[in-house]
Amino acid sequence: MGTLETLTRTFEFSDYISVLEISYILASILFILGLKKLSHPDTARNGNLWAAGGMGLAILFTILFHKTKLEDGTYQGIQNIGWIVAALLIGSIVGWMAAMKVKMTAMPQMVSLFNGMGGACAALISLMEFPKMQNMLAASHASSMISGEALAILLGLGIGGVSFAGSMIAFGKLDERIGDIKSPILRYINLFFLFLLLAMVVLIMTMTPQKDNNLMIYILGLLALLYGVTFVMPIGGADMPVVISLLNSFTGVAAAMGGFLYSNQAMLTGGILVGSSGTILTILMCKAMNRSLLNVIIGGFGGSAAGAGDQGDKTVKEISLSDAAVLLSYSQKVLVVPGYGLAVAQAQHLCHEIENLLGSKGVEVKYGIHPVAGRMPGHMNVLLAEADVAYEKLLEMEEANNEMNNTDVVIVIGANDVVNPAAEDDPSSPIAGMPVIKVWEAKNTIVMKRSMAKGYAAIENNLFFLPKTRMLFGDAKSTLQKLIAEIKNL
Amino acid sequence: MTEVLKFFMEYREAIFIIILSIFLGIEVISHVPSVLHTPLMSGANAIHGVVIIGAIIVMGHAHNVLSMILGFIAVILGTLNVVGGFVVTNRMLEMFSKKKKQK
Repeated sequence: MGTLETLTRTFEFSDYISVLEISYILASILFILGLKKLSHPDTARNGNLWAAGGMGLAILFTILFHKTKLEDGTYQGIQNIGWIVAALLIGSIVGWMAAMKVKMTAMPQMVSLFNGMGGACAALISLMEFPKMQNMLAASHASSMISGEALAILLGLGIGGVSFAGSMIAFGKLDERIGDIKSPILRYINLFFLFLLLAMVVLIMTMTPQKDNNLMIYILGLLALLYGVTFVMPIGGADMPVVISLLNSFTGVAAAMGGFLYSNQAMLTGGILVGSSGTILTILMCKAMNRSLLNVIIGGFGGSAAGAGDQGDKTVKEISLSDAAVLLSYSQKVLVVPGYGLAVAQAQHLCHEIENLLGSKGVEVKYGIHPVAGRMPGHMNVLLAEADVAYEKLLEMEEANNEMNNTDVVIVIGANDVVNPAAEDDPSSPIAGMPVIKVWEAKNTIVMKRSMAKGYAAIENNLFFLPKTRMLFGDAKSTLQKLIAEIKNL
Repeated sequence: MTEVLKFFMEYREAIFIIILSIFLGIEVISHVPSVLHTPLMSGANAIHGVVIIGAIIVMGHAHNVLSMILGFIAVILGTLNVVGGFVVTNRMLEMFSKKKKQK
């Protein structure tokens, strides 16, 4: 046996497969460590890079070393490499550009969009694998399709389809292209589609495989899309973060179905990891908002005027810009409580400007961040960080509440429900028990708001009527601009 | 009953991985501060882009025009998920780390 022969032997298919499997183990480790690091502020960025590295490794090695066993027993590597690379390039360029160009305030809908792409990808894989499997089973005269593989294909299509359609609706809602349709009938239609979807999976599994009989799988795909739409449609726009997180874990499960189908360890671990951590994250988000997941999905906030209490002759007191400027300039401690309205008005940079301005006058300015301020938990921190606000100035809710007693002025910018005292003192309020920033304990409160409109919980906020509260009506951005000018003129 | 046992035996490795991964996923992120919810969700979003491997495998064995087209689209969508997801997450986290270094 010559050296050459031994050399060529070492490059048989089985070795390729071992190399591939090793790369998958490495990729899985990188995913796990990446996710672990992502959950700590100091290591988060590295964690993301590690996970990305694992992904690159898995993709590259799949293209190079993946082999499929053909019917005649020989092995075949990946074909159409030119097309695959072309698709990878197109996807990379478009994805990169979209991700770089998107504004920080539009981040949540971008995540939703990308999530939908993953779901659609999983669904397409199933659409392509089903005919292959059915034709194979039909050729061997199998009596039914009951098998783990068939189930994986059907669930991959079902879950992927729901995730895609749902994410698109969530994207539309966050981007304010689609309004809320709150109709109780929609919930029943929704349940009906879910039932049809499950029935279809059972039906396809038990039917006798016939060559090229693909109508059923298309119907299943269609049902998945319809269910995805009716699932997200009745849920209010403000609950979209929770929904996106949930759909995110759905896509994870859909990806894992692919992993099951191909016995592909990287897909399986990656998918399930996201599926389970996504579910936990969804629950954590719900907790931060003091709501149950079920409540988000079937309940929906508001509508009910319950707990609004005595309407009486409540009046709000407005404050003029110059008075506000004086009040702020001669305070010692000012706390800014930003909310969704700030994000919408893109006023985070102005906020920082006021902070600097007051800082130069010796006023200590800090920010009190409610966990669900903005559009998603943590979203406000990202927005303020974008505006160069120092990390140390951001107080979490508990810290902010502890300092509230010796705070001179609180400026509430575009926040409403997260500063509503009803959460504390009105047990009949829909938001009773929700953790809130107790801005009413400060010496003065200035509320910047566009109008007296209600927040997304659609309930009255008694804070606005308290004697210590002064209102400053107007768009957050223009009001802040005018306020800055006033302070400069002092 | 035997059907169930047979199913379990046939797929025991996958079932094993699935169960362990579920616990791992829960354990790994259960102490995340709420500040990081959004980036973490976005990062996890990018990781499930691993579905692209499936798209590459189907595309790599596509023989007719329809499956070529579907496969091509699937690979593009998967790549969007992966690249877009990681880049968006990185952009978010960049802002946190930038602030910390300045101080």
